[in-house]
Amino acid sequence: MIEAVLVMAGLALLIGTGLLVTGARLGATGADAAVDRINQLLPQSQCAQCGYPGCRPYAAAILRDEAPINRCAPGGDPTIAALARLLQRSPQPLDTDYGTHQPARVAVIDEALCIGCARCLEVCPVDAIVGAPRFMHTVLAAQCTGCELCLPPCPVDCITLEPAGADT
Amino acid sequence: MNAAMAAELRRAPHLRTPVSVPVLMRRVLYALVPALLAYTWFFGFGLVFNIAAAVAAALATEAACLRLQRRPIAIALSDYSAVVTGVLLAFALPPLTPWWITALGSTFAIGVAKHAYGGVGNNVFNPAMAGYVALLVSFPDQLTNWLPPRMGDIDYEGIGLLANLRFMLSGGLPDGYTLDALTRATPLDLMQTELGDMRMVAEIRNSSLFGDFGGRGWEWIGNFVALGGFWLLFRGVIRWHIPVGMLGGLVLSASLFYLYDSANFPSPGFHLFSGGALLCAFFIATDPVSAATTDRGRLIYGAGIGVLTYLIRTWGSFPDGVAFAVLLMNMTVPLIDRYTQPVAYGTREPRS
Amino acid sequence: MNQPLLYNRQPPRPAWGVRVDPRKTLSTSEPIVAAPLPTQVQLPLELGPERRAQAVVAPGDYVYTGQPVARLETGARNVVCASISGRVAAIRPGPIPGPGPRVAECIVIDSDGQDRRHADCVPAGDPARLAAARLRELIAQAGIVGLGGAVFPTADKLGGSQPVDLLIVNGAECEPYISCDEMLMRERAAQVLDGARIMLRALGCDRAVVAVESDMPAARLALRAALDADRDPRLDIAEVTAKYPAGGERQLVELLTGREVPAGGLPRDVGIVCQNVATAAAVSELFRTGCPLISRIVTVTGGGILNPVNVEARLGAPLADLVAAAGGYTTTNCDLVMGGPMMGMALAGDRLPVTEATNCLLVAAPGELSDAQPGYPCIRCAECSRVCPARLLPQELLVACDTQDPDRLEQLHLDACIECGCCDYVCPSRLTLTPVFAQAKIRQRAHREQQRQARLAQQRSEARNARLAAAEKRYADGPAPDAGEAALTDLLARVEQRDERGDGG
Repeated sequence: MIEAVLVMAGLALLIGTGLLVTGARLGATGADAAVDRINQLLPQSQCAQCGYPGCRPYAAAILRDEAPINRCAPGGDPTIAALARLLQRSPQPLDTDYGTHQPARVAVIDEALCIGCARCLEVCPVDAIVGAPRFMHTVLAAQCTGCELCLPPCPVDCITLEPAGADT
Repeated sequence: MNAAMAAELRRAPHLRTPVSVPVLMRRVLYALVPALLAYTWFFGFGLVFNIAAAVAAALATEAACLRLQRRPIAIALSDYSAVVTGVLLAFALPPLTPWWITALGSTFAIGVAKHAYGGVGNNVFNPAMAGYVALLVSFPDQLTNWLPPRMGDIDYEGIGLLANLRFMLSGGLPDGYTLDALTRATPLDLMQTELGDMRMVAEIRNSSLFGDFGGRGWEWIGNFVALGGFWLLFRGVIRWHIPVGMLGGLVLSASLFYLYDSANFPSPGFHLFSGGALLCAFFIATDPVSAATTDRGRLIYGAGIGVLTYLIRTWGSFPDGVAFAVLLMNMTVPLIDRYTQPVAYGTREPRS
Repeated sequence: MNQPLLYNRQPPRPAWGVRVDPRKTLSTSEPIVAAPLPTQVQLPLELGPERRAQAVVAPGDYVYTGQPVARLETGARNVVCASISGRVAAIRPGPIPGPGPRVAECIVIDSDGQDRRHADCVPAGDPARLAAARLRELIAQAGIVGLGGAVFPTADKLGGSQPVDLLIVNGAECEPYISCDEMLMRERAAQVLDGARIMLRALGCDRAVVAVESDMPAARLALRAALDADRDPRLDIAEVTAKYPAGGERQLVELLTGREVPAGGLPRDVGIVCQNVATAAAVSELFRTGCPLISRIVTVTGGGILNPVNVEARLGAPLADLVAAAGGYTTTNCDLVMGGPMMGMALAGDRLPVTEATNCLLVAAPGELSDAQPGYPCIRCAECSRVCPARLLPQELLVACDTQDPDRLEQLHLDACIECGCCDYVCPSRLTLTPVFAQAKIRQRAHREQQRQARLAQQRSEARNARLAAAEKRYADGPAPDAGEAALTDLLARVEQRDERGDGG
């Protein structure tokens, strides 16, 4: 009887130590690392369509189990599949309450209409719009994630979204 | 040109080997013919009846499973994989096995071990061995009905073709025969029981059941199994890694203990030529679906089967460990494959 | 780099690859024949992905054979030369060989039947005395590209900054049926060696080895004879086992030198440059006769051809001319393939022009190529990984392609796939592998680009958040002691001091 208990305890100790050492060597420690790993799978459009103010906050919400994995409209099914694989959950269809998946687009400013109000500069989450008050603004197509956040503040509606890769 | 009209042009490569899955499976069946003949010579026609029952049940189960899944039946049946499963299961069963046990094993092999996992190509476990193990744990008594081999100097009491058939169908024996009188322990069984009774290997081997290496008759069947196996190797149906790994693992572990204490541990030759070792090495462990896929992985997989077989034979409660060893190693295949992935061309990390 | 031996003369027999019935003797019994001058040629302006040349002639212009008719402003391969003399009939879209039916802008020239050579087509002088840079410039201006099938600009390959210690002249034509390189070596061995020498000079390298396959003894003997005649110690011959795809660039580098070209890299990265034997012959031709790249040798073969033979054809000539030069079709319903049966592209018809990549026109009689047959599920036999020259696990790759798992594809090194088709060839389940991998590679590249963009967007977003947070903090802390204010206080203090000293008045 006592031997069995000792053997089991010894095994538990051995395996526990092994896991500890392996875990430490893999280096994935803390919630931050976990959030980073989820964040890596998100498209980084920072569009906030998921209801969180950016990709990392959404990643943190997923980790805390506050948000389901199917709210990322820009990422669409591939992103959901990748999240499902990482978190070992079953993939779900995109929740269309939080937007629909569309092919990549970029914002384009109609420079003839732009009045240089600089409001779009402030909201761009990835600093993809250049300009200054009273000067015409332009979107750096290569940096734009197509998040649409610049559309609402524009007082003259001079920003449109066009398919990415078209001539810019 | 006729192709000009076709909207969809053929894609390269435009040549393919004529060796398809049915061809491979048929070659496996051909390779078993010498063993079948030897088996029939030593143990009578039981195996032939076993094969008939097992194959019929396997094909029926396969067709039924496909029907239930609404998958095409004809093409799946034409790949001969169910036939191979049935034949291999039949080889594992003793000559005097009631037909319904054989059929049940075959049904389990195809229905549970194969189709529950998604059909051919997706089964984790070797179907024939899964079926055999299911029978072994359910009907341990019936699976010991081995006959003595037909060798001149063993007090051989044969059973005729019709009598054998009658037993399989109804379980009845001709007047004057009893099962106890007819059947004998297999050499592996005998060795295990007698060693358990604290007798020496040399003493046990004095029994007339033993030949030069393993059991009499058994070792001859072993030769013919190996003959078929070498033919498969020669035709490229199987590759050398699994047989070498399996036999190497078995012989090495047996040698180790034999050298340590030859009075209590039988020789590596005994292990090699007894039970299902050779059949497993060339025909069962080499089932590609449930085996590892990389070269190094296959060596490890084979060696694992060999070592486990030895461990189970020596310290387990079943006389032969081949089936359990195969199933245990089947479980490790994904892990083995993952850790033996070859370094792809041009992706070696630069040495720093 | 003075290692004693950079390469194996008798390279090891590869464990990978497949043995396919070579069927090269179909087309090697007769010498190379010259196709009759075409009445019209069609020269595509699309020279490759993102390499589109601009025509420098207009419809109606008279052009001479060898005259540049289109230029590419970027890259080294910067001209397309007229392959016949005559009038430019049109510049219009026309069908070109490619995966699926493809159309590209082409210059169409109607022949005047004279084949008058352009005045600039004269030898530029002894290549042994010209500078390496000048050699490369001349090669570029002659429109010479790799004739092995990849049509990479030769001058680009000969330039570059990394040191090169071995030039491999690739005559190891491993695809079944194709014999154009073998016949070239048999008939023009001296020219191949001469071209190799010129390329050595252009590379600034002092070692070249011509690789031939073990099943082309006549070519090896011809090369050996030519080598004995010119006694150049820098040139040598190596013989590789006849096994497909031993003649693939990366595979050949591995067999001959034991080096591995890094994934996504070029042989150049490991100090090696590979050139096809036909490219070497074209370079020699340029410096000995002044003739730019206007023709190539095409193997016209297969059971659907009456008299299979190697044909020297002008670029842009219709494939139908080549078929005619080889005696015509034997039956009416043949399958046309450009290239060999392992990697070649099926063609919709023979109205397509000969291009630099056209090494073979395979006209297969019905039943000569494998037809689509019923497929079975994968039984994990792993024959595909046994033959894979890139040491991949195609059976695992196929699963990852089905589930579209980008990380798994990365981990299985999909990128190292050279699309040789060996896995399809041996697959007993008759699965479609290579075409699936080719498509997955394109998707994977797009995925990687997306990932890269996402990382950049993430960095910018994080930088912005940090900036905003810093601004917020400054605001919350209230106005910091200003440098200007400090200076003012300082100044006022000094004024006060001065007043106190009273030296104002």
